[in-house]
Amino acid sequence: MTAKPKTAPAPAATWTRKDLVSIRDLSPEELTLVLDTAAAFKQVSAREIKKVPSLRGKTLINFFVEPSTRTRTSFELAAFRLSADVVNISASTSSLSKGETLKDTARNLQALHADVIVLRHSSAGAPLFLAERLESSVINAGDGAHEHPTQALLDVFTIRERLGHVAGLHVAIIGDILFSRVARSDIFALLKLGANVTLVGPSTLVPREFEKLGVRVTHDIDSILPEVDVVNLLRIQHERQRKEYFPSLGEYTAFFGLTRERAARLKPDALIMHPGPVNRGVEIDSEIADSPRSVILDQVTNGLAVRMAVLYLCAGANHTSSN
Amino acid sequence: MLLLRNGRIIDPANKRDEIADLAITDGRISSSLPPGEPFDEIDCSGLVIAPGLIDLHVHFREPGQSAKETIATGARAAAAGGFTSVVCMPNTSPPVDNPSVVTWIREKAEREACVNVFTTGAITKEIAGEELAPIGSMFRAGIVALTDDGHCVQNHELMRRALEYARMFQLPILDHCQDYGLVGKGVMHEGYWSTILGLPGWPSAGEEMIVMRNILLAGLCETPIHCQHLSSAGSVRLLRDARARGVQISAEVCPHHIALTDESLQGYDTNFKMNPPLRAQSDVDALIQGIADGVITILASDHAPHCAYEKEVEFDMAPFGIVGLETELGLFLDLLVHKHKAIDLPRLIAMLTIEPARLLRLDRGTLSPGVPADVTLIDPDLEWTVDASTFQSRSTNTPFNGRPLKGRAVRTIVAGKSVWSLQDSPNSSVAAAASAL
Repeated sequence: MTAKPKTAPAPAATWTRKDLVSIRDLSPEELTLVLDTAAAFKQVSAREIKKVPSLRGKTLINFFVEPSTRTRTSFELAAFRLSADVVNISASTSSLSKGETLKDTARNLQALHADVIVLRHSSAGAPLFLAERLESSVINAGDGAHEHPTQALLDVFTIRERLGHVAGLHVAIIGDILFSRVARSDIFALLKLGANVTLVGPSTLVPREFEKLGVRVTHDIDSILPEVDVVNLLRIQHERQRKEYFPSLGEYTAFFGLTRERAARLKPDALIMHPGPVNRGVEIDSEIADSPRSVILDQVTNGLAVRMAVLYLCAGANHTSSN
Repeated sequence: MLLLRNGRIIDPANKRDEIADLAITDGRISSSLPPGEPFDEIDCSGLVIAPGLIDLHVHFREPGQSAKETIATGARAAAAGGFTSVVCMPNTSPPVDNPSVVTWIREKAEREACVNVFTTGAITKEIAGEELAPIGSMFRAGIVALTDDGHCVQNHELMRRALEYARMFQLPILDHCQDYGLVGKGVMHEGYWSTILGLPGWPSAGEEMIVMRNILLAGLCETPIHCQHLSSAGSVRLLRDARARGVQISAEVCPHHIALTDESLQGYDTNFKMNPPLRAQSDVDALIQGIADGVITILASDHAPHCAYEKEVEFDMAPFGIVGLETELGLFLDLLVHKHKAIDLPRLIAMLTIEPARLLRLDRGTLSPGVPADVTLIDPDLEWTVDASTFQSRSTNTPFNGRPLKGRAVRTIVAGKSVWSLQDSPNSSVAAAASAL
């Protein structure tokens, strides 16, 4: 068995990071390196034997202080495919529930020789906090309303795979931008790769401050649909604290939902994306979510390849490229 | 008997600014020394002789939180920063909401503190904002002002009655201006950086709403209100207008709000987390302008010690606040006098002495013959670097560690006794530089 996928990238000379904390930190070259590495790893998952030994002997801890199914499973599978050993810890099974601090919990994990800690946390900045204090690699799997870097990487990977490039495309991100870590990471990734970005949603959930980054903000979804190459619909949450931000899910759908009528106004080859979990009938019509233009499940598949690439670059690259 | 020789005496209350000697007899300022008796003398050439500095906004954490600070360590930090009098906030554990806690603090301070420690009392029981604390009894026990600092009375009717009741005792009310509804769970200034960092925002309007409320109530009750630690340009604008109309409203500004902006939070370092939060450059500019044109009359630290382990947590879970007493004068001199030239040295000293003394009706803040000899010797041009490891405070939660500053206190004298001097200060990185004193 070969140590690396057949189209392995050149040794990661330009990747010097121990951690992946935010997309905002990355250069366009680093982003492209992750995408190219992920493309190589995607072929691994299509093989009969889906494993490579890149992280053999390494230990990865999925430390999910906030619940997650899809991201945790994706990281877990990515680690398995790289031959790492994986342990999953959630907030309720960790000593955080006994009052231990995040720092102490993480130092204990490091004392167990964890090579990689994948952290999902409700507090913005928590992954950076750990990355600055631990020798282990820290991968941000979503921190509060800050960033969700691997989601953005899989989003731009999917766009590049389907449309051949990212630069020059017009991408609309629709929904709750204010509280969305996916939106922030997507905005940074898309802008760094040369796309045009328009944010769409209720004025309470789309901060104008984002215009300072060079994105457009609109509250009129119908005006932009014919122009865009990609629509990325964010999950709308109305169950928790959002009742001050818009009156009802029905009104949200009436103004911002991707209904069949609206989908018909998209360019024929426009992509429809969603980071999941999908609220069918709220941000997207159920049939549209399952239509050929929807790449929602491609995103999930690509997430695995992207996370393999991130783990490989942060924790395995030095090891394997020294051969 | 002590003679401070040949210094630049700046005593704003008496409009005095001249090179002269200052005599201290039996712990009080005197016009001359009694002839024929022995006395000590300190050469003050090149130094400013100022009335002892007063900080009307500190948290000394006793009773109840002595791991953060004690009255003794807080007082030493004050002395090391040039402050001879401090005013403690009531959000201790238990809070200062009854006369027994007032007495406990006063007696402990008499035994252990090397500077004058005054205390405020809470406006409301448990600082809960629901019913009035025993204001009269606390006044008899010795409080110098009322405040629910750290909290803010949200019920305007209750605030109105507190103002009217306190007027009987001529107790000033100091208010931490924060509208809970608007601020919500905000942990930093709401703006570009909170948007980028994904942290809950604390909008300027959350402060301005209560500043406006206070202006209206000060007018309605014809009684003064002092707004604590102003942070926003809008607050300065409201205050400027109200003061021009003769409303009895005043305000203080803290060093961090003119030294730093919200951009400093990029690294999620909790030593930059304070309440009210660091705001935008336009707010910093407006605060400095407000200081320059006299809209803001008082400077204070909001000295808020916290243990390192309490601060070293996720950003939104960390407590608000930083220590300030030992960097306060240096930052104000560096920024207001040297860098921005917003005010001159006599005005800076007035804002740290006679202005807070007048607000709180303290017999301090001047060098008039007969008053207690609280004196601060200042080298306004001494260049030094903040080193938190030398702090006298029990806590080191400062965003200014390693920052070079110009100007600081070099000796602190309380009731005629030297309680701190730079040249005797152990571990001080500037002791060597100051050894020529």
